[in-house]
Amino acid sequence: MYETIYHRASSVAEAANLMGTAAEGKYLSGGMTLIPTMKQRLAAPSDLVDLRHIAEMKGIAVDGRSVRIGAATTHEEVATSAALASVCPAICGLASHIGDPHVRHMGTIGGSIANNDPAADYPAAMLALDAVIVTDRREVKAEDFFTGLFETALEDGEIVTAVRFEAPAKAAYQKFPNPASRYAMTGVFVVRRADGGVRVAVTGAGSDGVFRHRDLEAALAANWSPGAVTNVKVDDSDLLSDIHASAAYRANLVKVMTKRAVAAA
Amino acid sequence: MAKLTMTVNGRQVSGTCDDRTLLVHFIRENLGLTGTHVGCDTTQCGACVVHMDGQSVKSCSILAAQAAGSSITTIEGLASNGELHPVQAAFKTHHGLQCGFCTPGMVMTAVDMIRRHGGNLDEATVRAELEGNICRCTGYHNIVQAILAAAAETGGVRQAAE
Repeated sequence: MYETIYHRASSVAEAANLMGTAAEGKYLSGGMTLIPTMKQRLAAPSDLVDLRHIAEMKGIAVDGRSVRIGAATTHEEVATSAALASVCPAICGLASHIGDPHVRHMGTIGGSIANNDPAADYPAAMLALDAVIVTDRREVKAEDFFTGLFETALEDGEIVTAVRFEAPAKAAYQKFPNPASRYAMTGVFVVRRADGGVRVAVTGAGSDGVFRHRDLEAALAANWSPGAVTNVKVDDSDLLSDIHASAAYRANLVKVMTKRAVAAA
Repeated sequence: MAKLTMTVNGRQVSGTCDDRTLLVHFIRENLGLTGTHVGCDTTQCGACVVHMDGQSVKSCSILAAQAAGSSITTIEGLASNGELHPVQAAFKTHHGLQCGFCTPGMVMTAVDMIRRHGGNLDEATVRAELEGNICRCTGYHNIVQAILAAAAETGGVRQAAE
């Protein structure tokens, strides 16, 4: 690892100030992607601003069907939240399958979203749930937040502080993990609102990151059942193709994971 | 350079290291506690697992500076008064180790697992929870048996006490 200077912030304002004075700083949340990346010398921030001790960025609040999760909330906290499980168990299930227990004790929802790894789980949930990403400067709809591979709408120095969403009537997430890395080779988060509206978000498969599949949404809005997916065509021209899976294979996985998710919702 | 203070195995310790120093290196080199191992250095194998404020973490993927002010438990902190911790004893009884390199991480993982699940652990849960720990000798079977035995013993005791 190259040299770096560690700073610990105790408030969002302090974190932003520290970042403002850093040459090429990075925010550090759980660090479960950033520290391994720095160890491999694939990242070399001059400064790290630790967000893990900022009380205002922690915690889960459920008010009726309205959910707010602080960005520094760990995967373990999301996975085991009884309040969250009572309105949206799908997101608890998603969190419980990220990485391993040790990673879930450190990794945070805000870190995952800000990193926007194309195989990460949370971006699919945020997009399907029509979540709002709250930052220290503004609120951004998930639709506008995830802009490409490891790319987001975040500006320099901007901090994700929380996410907000309305718990839907039904939701489920299913992923096909890579047998070695356990990252999603394809993961699908389905949502059905009380008014019958359906959203289907796919992670791990898109060559431009997480995306919604409108044809699957239309088919499931007309008929909410796994069988409704059968005749939908999933175009593989914009899907990832690598040593783990071809685009055609991933296109098939999109349908299979969607069927499983609808069955599980 | 950072001057750090933390509690390790119940004892307050302090030391000076680079900001980029990993917690595992601080534990091994500054504190001389070499029971915590570095297996893969790529966050996969879990030989470096310690507890930070009561939760299992991979000490090779956390900076020592991040851990400043926290309470750390390493494998050296489990036994008391010369008596093995029940999980250590179960690993011995059930031959849950061969070369022993992964064992400190396995034991720390097992203690955390039993803390969260109590006596309700079943084999499928244990195997799923071992996702982040790699053993290249035993094929896991005896590790799983040891964890189940320790869970039954300590979880049962805890439930009886409640």
